[in-house]
Amino acid sequence: MSEAAALAQPGSTPRAAAAAAPAAHDFLVRDHHPGNGTLLGFWLYLMSDCLIFACLFACYGVLGRSVDGGPTAAELFELPVVALNTALLLLSSITYGFAVIQMQRRRRGGTLAWLALTALLGAGFVAVELNEFAHLIGEGAGPQRSAFLSSFFTLVGTHGLHVSFGIVWLLTLMAQVARHGLSAANRRRLMCLSMFWHFLDVVWIGVFTFVYLMGVLP
Amino acid sequence: MAFLEKFACRPASWFAAGAAFLLSACNTVLLNPAGDVALRQGHLIVVSTLLMLLIIVPVIALTLFFAWRYRQSNREAVYAPDWDHSIQLELVIWGAPLLIIIALGALTWISTHMLDPYRAIGRIDAQRAVAPQAPALTVEVVALDWKWLFLYPEQGIATVNELAAPVDVPIRFKITSSSVMNSFYIPALAGQIYAMPGMETRLNAVINKPGVYDGFSANYSGAGFSGMHFKFHGMSTADFERWVQAARDGGGALDRTGYLELEQPSDRDPVRRYAGVDSGLYDAILRQCVAPGRRCAGN
Amino acid sequence: MGIRVSEPSELVHLLLGRLTLEAIPLHEPILVATFVAVALGGLGVLGALTYFRAWRPLWRDWVTSIDHKKIGIMYIALGVVMLLRGFGDAIMMRAQQAISFGDAAGYLPPHHYDQIFTAHGVIMIFFVAMPFVTGLMNFVVPLQIGARDVAFPFLNNFSFWMTACGAALVMASLFVGEFARTGWLAYPPLSELAYSPDVGVDYYIWSLQVAGVGTVLSGVNLVATIVKMRAPGMTLMRMPVFTWTALCTNVLIVVAFPVLTASLALLSLDRYVGTHFFTNDGGGNAMMYVNLIWIWGHPEVYILVLPVFGVFSEVVSTFSSKRLFGYASMVYATVVITILSYLVWLHHFFTMGSGASVNSFFGITTMVISIPTGAKIFNWLFTMYRGRIRFEPPMLWTLGFMVTFVIGGMTGVLLAVPPADFVLHNSLFLIAHFHNVIIGGVVFGVMAGISYWFPKAFGYRLDPFWGKCSFWFWLVGFYFAFMPLYVLGLMGVTRRLSHFDDASLQPWFQVAAFGAALIALGIACFLVQLVVSYVRRDALRDATGDPWNGRTLEWSTASPPPAYNFAFTPRVHGTDAWHEMKRRGFVRPVDGFVPIHMPKNTGAGFVLAVLSAVCAFGLIWHMWPLAALAFAALLVATIVHTFDYARDFFIPADEVARTEAQRTRLLASHV
Repeated sequence: MSEAAALAQPGSTPRAAAAAAPAAHDFLVRDHHPGNGTLLGFWLYLMSDCLIFACLFACYGVLGRSVDGGPTAAELFELPVVALNTALLLLSSITYGFAVIQMQRRRRGGTLAWLALTALLGAGFVAVELNEFAHLIGEGAGPQRSAFLSSFFTLVGTHGLHVSFGIVWLLTLMAQVARHGLSAANRRRLMCLSMFWHFLDVVWIGVFTFVYLMGVLP
Repeated sequence: MAFLEKFACRPASWFAAGAAFLLSACNTVLLNPAGDVALRQGHLIVVSTLLMLLIIVPVIALTLFFAWRYRQSNREAVYAPDWDHSIQLELVIWGAPLLIIIALGALTWISTHMLDPYRAIGRIDAQRAVAPQAPALTVEVVALDWKWLFLYPEQGIATVNELAAPVDVPIRFKITSSSVMNSFYIPALAGQIYAMPGMETRLNAVINKPGVYDGFSANYSGAGFSGMHFKFHGMSTADFERWVQAARDGGGALDRTGYLELEQPSDRDPVRRYAGVDSGLYDAILRQCVAPGRRCAGN
Repeated sequence: MGIRVSEPSELVHLLLGRLTLEAIPLHEPILVATFVAVALGGLGVLGALTYFRAWRPLWRDWVTSIDHKKIGIMYIALGVVMLLRGFGDAIMMRAQQAISFGDAAGYLPPHHYDQIFTAHGVIMIFFVAMPFVTGLMNFVVPLQIGARDVAFPFLNNFSFWMTACGAALVMASLFVGEFARTGWLAYPPLSELAYSPDVGVDYYIWSLQVAGVGTVLSGVNLVATIVKMRAPGMTLMRMPVFTWTALCTNVLIVVAFPVLTASLALLSLDRYVGTHFFTNDGGGNAMMYVNLIWIWGHPEVYILVLPVFGVFSEVVSTFSSKRLFGYASMVYATVVITILSYLVWLHHFFTMGSGASVNSFFGITTMVISIPTGAKIFNWLFTMYRGRIRFEPPMLWTLGFMVTFVIGGMTGVLLAVPPADFVLHNSLFLIAHFHNVIIGGVVFGVMAGISYWFPKAFGYRLDPFWGKCSFWFWLVGFYFAFMPLYVLGLMGVTRRLSHFDDASLQPWFQVAAFGAALIALGIACFLVQLVVSYVRRDALRDATGDPWNGRTLEWSTASPPPAYNFAFTPRVHGTDAWHEMKRRGFVRPVDGFVPIHMPKNTGAGFVLAVLSAVCAFGLIWHMWPLAALAFAALLVATIVHTFDYARDFFIPADEVARTEAQRTRLLASHV
């Protein structure tokens, strides 16, 4: 059969029985297994989350001095509390790092132990933050008081909400690792949570720099 | 029937119809306004359109021409199925629009600075510049739900839904809103600018011909929006003085209580005039503290 | 005994929030009539489903499907349904504006009219245009890159149902409560509690938040798919142009939609918690919202138009039987447009008083975007040059686009000159401009895409006669409907008015209403086309899988493709991969099949989306227990779903062999 005829009839019947199997030039002869896209996909999601935080930072940048005659950042922020918070969160990042090292060594027990410690430190961070919020609200400096406080509570609160969801996810993953071990799927999930956790750390560095440290400057 | 055939078949008739259509478009207020700022903005529209038609008309013509010439049934046309690349053509394709945009960009930069609403009027019209010590009229504008309040601080009067100004005198508008975002717009006079609560925007303009012109809000602001229009009267200086005096003679003063009543939602309000205005009222409106006990917003 | 029982009304108030019987608009005859029609139609559909015993297949093959092809079709079906609603709003507006002059108040009071123009914009952008382009990208991209599905098939299903649930919430606002009366972007302070205390803005916020989650995840999905799952040999510069535009579109989605999420979240905090982001008091700043919403809003319109630019590239090349002119140039232009679209947002509010230098900067960046856009138009033009053009409906839509869109682009560049914008902002000229580019661009492109890929999706072509009728009605109708609006804008007429004092304007509005009637006929022809094509499907059958002599890989599959798309993943050696395969005389394999790894269907996406919608409904009506319960259920269902590790299966080799043998027989009989 000429090439012209083959052109006119795409996918026409094979010229000879030998040509019935896929030609290696035109086709992949085994099942196509593209590389796993989970980590890339999660990274993309994280970037979209980063943008939400960027909007909240921008809002704080614009509205951060709009106190409407109410309390200012310098009057409200207690840096020792923030230092404690920061220490807890940064430590939790370190402990998560150790958990990943244990994971890479395929040590289920070690992984779970460091994960548990991470959860504890994260919970400590959230507890301190909730306490700070309750204290501020009690003083009449809640999110409804002024635009500055609205943007403060929303930025810091959104971060705290992310940490809380991260803890829920962490506990879920601990249950899944306990049940299914350090399978490929679970290792991928642990890497995703790792990205999430360190990302929240980076956002916190932004928060305590732009909100707390710059806030107490005159 | 014969008349119809004659009309439809002669190309000249089509041209006349098209011209008539375009001319009716030229009677549009944006292209034929009575204020110098609006006039220059209208010119910009025409110049920009002509610049871009340099590209648009050939593109449309070529699209229709290529579609017709390279139709499948036309076997005489050259068929080059693998021709997909030409550096020279790409240079033209990217270069020609780039040149037009450079021209438009320069025009944009210059005209945006010249016609900045915050910039004081530099000329009365194409022939006359503004004298350095020339008198200017200041009007404070408050967009309410759903009417317009105009305060004349130098004359000490105020009006609702009626604006007047002398011809060939620079007008300085200071604009705010009581509740939601509106847009202060008199097409015959100048471009629009948003009226926003707690904030002041400025507009500088001059009216060159006496007449009655439409003004309205150009940003949707709620149920009474469709009725939120007013008349702008351009008049001679003498007539303007008479108009101000008539307002003073009419009596009534706009105090804070009166303003708070005015702030209540209403639409299609009739024209009202006030002979006097409480001192500091506009400032209080701007800083959102007209009501007793309200804290004035910061600077 | 010290237990105090609450008053029944207190309990009812707690459970039902602010939902009362008054929320059902029994006093609005138009809504009652609509409800009756919808109820009857809905009963008819439910009856038909029961009669044909279609419930199980509906659940098994469509609702729970993670197949990108099915999901793509469902997106487009959603778009068609919502088009009817959004266009109904348009007809109502045109009718009102054609009669409401002087003493005549028309038939729509402002309270109703203002909801209609808000709903029209929201529905057309979020629930018609977005689903249409998402559906096309979903269906086509994996086929074009030689993949079996997208990177995250479950997420794909979930994204669709979130979009559908967002649409359902908007539709619910018709019959329970009311919609926002703020315009489609809901600027504060008007959208704040002080000036919009009712449920309308809350319906707006939550329907968009629900749909927005679906969209962001869809964006992540398609970017990962295109980056990771291309067939061997398909480098980035060998991808079809539609896939390139899909890549850029989804990058834009990932970087733009979070801004919408954040903006709406801040507005909802103002409304629910009493914060002061955009309020008049407390130090809020409404201009912040305007900036944020347009930082999303401008990339959004490029999200809508870039995929259709991709459609036109495919269609022009195929129906000119010629290589696309300037492939590299097209790719660079697309990428430049993508980046620049993030740098122009302020041109939507030149009149907010930003100062001359800021305004000029954004005006100039806006003009610069027209350069790569113009390059694309020229490249399509020179693809036609020395081609052999066939005037099938997809090509007609493309020609209509090329003539119409450039006019809209021109008026857009005109509006980009700030002083010109000062007199044209928010006027009917602006309305004409964006309908010009959205109808001339997005709608025409979607219609081209639907008629182009329909045979691939369903195995038969759309009836060309009714397709051409639809095209001509749309094209002529568009010009009658919107050219008068350009003139009205130059006459100083502003938008969103439900009544006019100047009766001399009426003829222009009557012409516009006539145009809308023509477009209605165009839509009717499209619906007739769907029915007629189904009835005549045997005569219109696509037996080869390649009805248009296409050039890209999707045309190498059967019509419709099997679930696994390709029995063997093709190897790619250049652009226009399928065209090259045909030219070299490839041989279709009929033996040697291997088992194929596929994801399983799941109902989890549907369940999670419905729970989200229930939670949203609770939040809208302040039914706090319902919202809290639904949210908790959402959390639990998500966690339970993550415990499901058995999400895939293998199609055995002999089943693949049977499917392929069926195609072999079909191809042989077609000779």
